[in-house]
Amino acid sequence: MKSIAELQAIRDKMQKSMNMRRDSDDSIRVVVGMATCGIAAGARPVLAAIVDEVGRRNLQNVKVTQTGCIGVCRLEPIVEVFEPGKEKVTYVKMTPEKAQRIISEHVVNGRVVTEYTIGAAE
Amino acid sequence: MKELSLNVLDIAQNSVSAGAKNIVIEINELESKDIVEIIITDDGCGMSEEFLARVTDPFTTTRTTRKVGMGIPLLKMEAEMAGGSFSIESEVGKGTRVYASFGRSNIDMPPLGDLTGTIITLVQGSPDIDFIYRRRTDKGEYEFSAAEVREALGGVPLDTPEVLVWIREYIEENESNIL
Repeated sequence: MKSIAELQAIRDKMQKSMNMRRDSDDSIRVVVGMATCGIAAGARPVLAAIVDEVGRRNLQNVKVTQTGCIGVCRLEPIVEVFEPGKEKVTYVKMTPEKAQRIISEHVVNGRVVTEYTIGAAE
Repeated sequence: MKELSLNVLDIAQNSVSAGAKNIVIEINELESKDIVEIIITDDGCGMSEEFLARVTDPFTTTRTTRKVGMGIPLLKMEAEMAGGSFSIESEVGKGTRVYASFGRSNIDMPPLGDLTGTIITLVQGSPDIDFIYRRRTDKGEYEFSAAEVREALGGVPLDTPEVLVWIREYIEENESNIL
């Protein structure tokens, strides 16, 4: 059975790497819409998939955050990617699988997945 | 909404928006009384009497992108359809308490779904809020406290992916005793 005491190990490990990262200006922000519309359309598993993927790849310069209604409820779940110095990219009708692809192709390799963007859907 | 855990997430997000520091999510599932209760209590900014009176109306919302707000009306409708009840109490400056009950064996009782997923999502989105998740069944009670985990982590943020994975396993393992 897991107990709070186990956190000690995680704490020691993370504290070592923590000094190097945290809110540096060159970090990429991945934002998931989490209002009623997003949640009802399946944003929770999309967010979970993004957090998992970022954790698995140990992407220290990526911040995953949540926001409210982005304003295009019929295209939810919506994920926005903000790269410093570049224009925001809005991805629509996300699924956990599509979201994983965005992490590997766009966030890691810098190639926008055009077919999932709002421009392609409209 | 496909499952009640998503309604819980949705309603708790209102508590986050209300600037709450403490949010308590209670789920009581009592076969003996044939009832499921969801109670979400926060110490956020609360609502005025005037706003409270029209908060179950879908044409009331705090969002700025459009004029409808479905979160509270949806939960109310689902509770009432499943033979339960809904109420909401609030006081400006003190906080809000949302209560919904359901007939456990009612044909329209929605599945509870992935409650742990909801807690993880909330902690990820607001690592500085003291969430308490309390689940009661006929077999007993389980409580998860975000503050307790935060304290043990000594400065490592709760939204670190590795910590979130640990919290999920921690809740699921311990909660399984009463399910």
